[in-house]
Amino acid sequence: MIVRMSPLDIDATVISNVRLSADYNVLTLAAPEIGAETEPGQFLMVKPGLGTDPLLRRPFSVFEVLRDDLGTVRAISILNKRAGVTTGRLYTLEPGARVACLGPLGTPFTPPVNGGEAWMVAGGVGLAPFATLAEALAALEVPATLFYGARTGEELFYLEFFERLGVRIVLATEDGSRGTHGRVTVPLETALGALPAPGATTVYACGPEPMLAAVARLAARHDQPCEVSLERVMGCGLGGCYSCVVPVRSPGDPQPHFVRSCIAGPVFDGAAVVWE
Amino acid sequence: MDLSVRIGSLEMPNPLIAASGCFGYGLEYEEVVNLASLGGVAVKGLFLNAREGHPPPRIVETPSGMLNAIGLQGIGVHRFIDERLPRLREAGARVIVNICGTTIDEYVELAKILSQEEGVGALELNISCPNIKEGGIQFGCSLTGTHAVVSAVRKATTLPVIPKLTPNVTAPATFARAAEDAGADAISLVNTFLALAIDVESRRPRLSNVLGGLSGPAIRPIAVRMVWECRQEVKIPIIGMGGIMDARDALEFMIAGANAVQIGTANFVDPFVWGKILDGLTSYMQRHSIARLQDLVGTMDTSAPAAAHA
Ligand SMILES: Cc1cc2nc3c(=O)[nH]c(=O)nc-3n(C[C@H](O)[C@H](O)[C@H](O)COP(=O)(O)O)c2cc1C
Repeated sequence: MIVRMSPLDIDATVISNVRLSADYNVLTLAAPEIGAETEPGQFLMVKPGLGTDPLLRRPFSVFEVLRDDLGTVRAISILNKRAGVTTGRLYTLEPGARVACLGPLGTPFTPPVNGGEAWMVAGGVGLAPFATLAEALAALEVPATLFYGARTGEELFYLEFFERLGVRIVLATEDGSRGTHGRVTVPLETALGALPAPGATTVYACGPEPMLAAVARLAARHDQPCEVSLERVMGCGLGGCYSCVVPVRSPGDPQPHFVRSCIAGPVFDGAAVVWE
Repeated sequence: MDLSVRIGSLEMPNPLIAASGCFGYGLEYEEVVNLASLGGVAVKGLFLNAREGHPPPRIVETPSGMLNAIGLQGIGVHRFIDERLPRLREAGARVIVNICGTTIDEYVELAKILSQEEGVGALELNISCPNIKEGGIQFGCSLTGTHAVVSAVRKATTLPVIPKLTPNVTAPATFARAAEDAGADAISLVNTFLALAIDVESRRPRLSNVLGGLSGPAIRPIAVRMVWECRQEVKIPIIGMGGIMDARDALEFMIAGANAVQIGTANFVDPFVWGKILDGLTSYMQRHSIARLQDLVGTMDTSAPAAAHA
């Protein structure tokens, strides 16, 4: 069975809402109790307000764990991209509003193999789990690279944050306005090709599903370990409803089985996931 | 104050039961609720054998509710007994096992297997899952089928037998009567309402299974009505459910005629809902000087409608 910390449900006050673009914002929430327990890759189930439409919470990666000068956790943040009703509401919230936050939930990233490097591959809002991972990697003194792709250069955020942590940054945009023109998997493939295989470079990926499938395949082809953080429609976040399942192949069993991404994930071994 | 309720040989300290399919096998929630503090835990529907369930997407939200078509993914009864039941017993949970079959023999076999195990408090017969073709719904939608499966299971076990009724029939109360006549110790209702949600841009169904079952506050008034109708038809205890979000909703079901209630979808929204509802029930009892919560069951006063502000 999966061992985890007891999640907390905090009725968190919005401390700030920084709109990064017309679609993206960072919502800082007064839920330090959750932040203090969060490991990189874990998530929250979030609901703004008490209404019944929409009824359910939404899963969000913990983006930042914010500390004061003494290192005490003061808040957490989420990186939001507006797409539906809940994300639309989260985009417009003002400081003082309340957001119910249940967490931390899920299985975190595993640290890279000894002496190896860590490569993070982010697509769009898939940047979210990598701020805390980059901090953890810096604390472990693991050399880290961020491959970061977006539609346009204006949707590449928090580059200074990663630079400050000493992360090497490789950018790609679909419109070519910044970095490599095209998908982030293009520079990733080039870099993977230059590595000695089998390698000790762990590839971590989060973003749209086709990107994750491509990253997992590339990592496997170049014999590097790979972890992906999957986003699924989720009902409860605790393993109660069986709605967020992912087909996964376990060692010694040719038949894939549906496992719940809220407790067995959201972080999975990229080689175990059966991609569509 | 006495919140206890009895269903056959199953004694529960309070009437709050986790609804099947909404609480995993119970152990998933050990860290957020003390399982022994719940009246009971209805575990996820079990077949004899393990099942993979439907491909995702398995749920979609609709106004004040959700559709699900999980397809009864599950580990099968044997793994349940080996891997989950001992820990549920240790945790002090009063376990209600929700059983599903494609034939009467399968229900009987499940009942026999589970009757030999220590720690099973009752059997809930799922004859009402709307999401799988081969499941017990064919029994749940026919009066003779309901009678046949309940009496067969009745003969096979001394555990309390609780058929779970579907709302997808014109008159659930006639099914309640058939269940009582066949020797059921109690009935539970409602399972979900068969429903459909379509994405108009792509003209595709929102669930892989096309159809799903609607749960949540959207169904509550219909479920309350059905419980009330059943209360007039049968003497056996009724376990009511459908969209209960708070203590008021639970009380509404009890006043309509439910002896106990199950909570499903609300647990997804707030896994800490149990303590809140229990507190709400006790404060209601204090305010209304009710010593035994069971005295509230079926006490709707139809002499006049409530004042408009109520
Ligand atoms: C995701 C999900 C899975 C369910 N699985 C089962 C099941 O396995 N067996 C069963 O008898 N009912 C199942 N149900 C029905 C619930 O137990 C309950 O009857 C229904 O959801 C209405 O209650 P609610 O509105 O409080 O959720 C399920 C409901 C949901 C939402």
